[in-house]
Amino acid sequence: MNYTLKIWRQKSAKERGEMVSYQVSGISAEISFFEMLDILNQQLIAEGGDPVAFDHDCREGICGTCSLYINGRPHGPVRGVTTCQLHMRSFSDGEVIHIEPWRSKAFPVVRDLVVDRSALDLIIQAGGYVSVNSGGIPDANTIPVPKHHADTAFDAAACIGCGACVAACPNAAAMLFVSAKVSHLSLLPQGKAEAVKRVQKMVARMDELGFGNCSNTYACEVECPKLISVTNIARMNREFLSAKLFSEKEKIVRDSI
Amino acid sequence: MILFFSIALKTYCMNKLLQFSSITGKVIMALAGVFLVTFLGVHLGINLLLLSDDGGRSFSVAAEFMSSNPLIRIFEIVLFAGFLVHIVLGLVVSRQNRASRPVGYVVANRTETSFLSKYMLHSGIVVLIFLALHFSDYYFVKIGLVAPPEGIGPHDFYAMTLHLFSSTWYALFYMFCFVLLGIHLNHAIQSAFQTMGWNHTRYMGAVKVAGTIYSIAISLGFMVIPLYFILFR
Repeated sequence: MNYTLKIWRQKSAKERGEMVSYQVSGISAEISFFEMLDILNQQLIAEGGDPVAFDHDCREGICGTCSLYINGRPHGPVRGVTTCQLHMRSFSDGEVIHIEPWRSKAFPVVRDLVVDRSALDLIIQAGGYVSVNSGGIPDANTIPVPKHHADTAFDAAACIGCGACVAACPNAAAMLFVSAKVSHLSLLPQGKAEAVKRVQKMVARMDELGFGNCSNTYACEVECPKLISVTNIARMNREFLSAKLFSEKEKIVRDSI
Repeated sequence: MILFFSIALKTYCMNKLLQFSSITGKVIMALAGVFLVTFLGVHLGINLLLLSDDGGRSFSVAAEFMSSNPLIRIFEIVLFAGFLVHIVLGLVVSRQNRASRPVGYVVANRTETSFLSKYMLHSGIVVLIFLALHFSDYYFVKIGLVAPPEGIGPHDFYAMTLHLFSSTWYALFYMFCFVLLGIHLNHAIQSAFQTMGWNHTRYMGAVKVAGTIYSIAISLGFMVIPLYFILFR
């Protein structure tokens, strides 16, 4: 199969970018989207050109490294998959495929299709962890966890932090990502102890980094490769509100010595 | 005017006192919105009296009650505050949202989302324009800022309504505004529940259906009145 690719090319963060047209031909319908881009890059290298930079790592849909905004949709046209799990059979022969980097003030373009997503790591650093070592695997039922909490926490923990939610959101909001992290920790006993502080710190960091406000269009849920639900956002709103309204003030311990 | 407004907005955003978190801002906006949604129901109830065949007597009685009852006088101030908070926050939030994606996409987003949920600002602005018109047609006339149409007293709201709806263009614009209000409300009601954190698999479906029914009822309810005047008067 043959495709016309229109790819965003930008040499560095400071230089201006533009869409550049490329042709690839003789592509098998069964190869992956990245294999098709690999073929394009080999072609460019053979011609003495500059290969297209794009993020990828595991290529099996679990690491969250790949991105790409393909024909107006993060991770392309198939629901519930990452770009690396996308195959050329999802595109028709002769199709024009637009490939752009993810756009957000918090995700500056590094080069071509590569964006800097460390803003998501900064949100995690603000509170997306359990402060104390919670030890090894406890014996079954020594810490009671209701089954549905375990299931909901697990569903939220499926978030791979790729940032598709931000890319899809008309407001470039990171609410789905942050709420997934908040939920998976606060639903389990090890994470619950710090839940009140965590949600406030993570939301504050998210706001600082320049992500937009959620306007409940739920585009994030549609594009999430791990199908994270927007009920997590409601849970985060609920936790945030109750933390702001009802959490007790911390005692200030004065140094007596 | 626009320049003044954007400067005012900028100072508003920079004001340290008002640097609330994204969620807090939205919760305040949602609560103001819920209040406005309830108000719309009351307003529609009174407006529907226009349809009763008594030469506007019952409508005038209700209008008189609304403009003289002291409790409602107090609530009028709360209502204006509600409008102001909802509108100003809506503009501030939209401005922040726009700033969060300084470089846009070449291909417009094709994610399938609920109908027109991405255009809350636009439908909101149409409703705001309607609100300004509505103020100059009624409220400013009532408080004496704008002269009433010839031969109509400043408190004769029934005659004013008849006069306004005698213009088909006005009636059509009025109906257009309420279609957009309906679209705005359809997203807004379930959205307020989500923002408040009241999203639960058990009742969210019911909330969405009830929200849609309410927004259709409000939209159609208000539109019936000009239609009636065009067709039967």
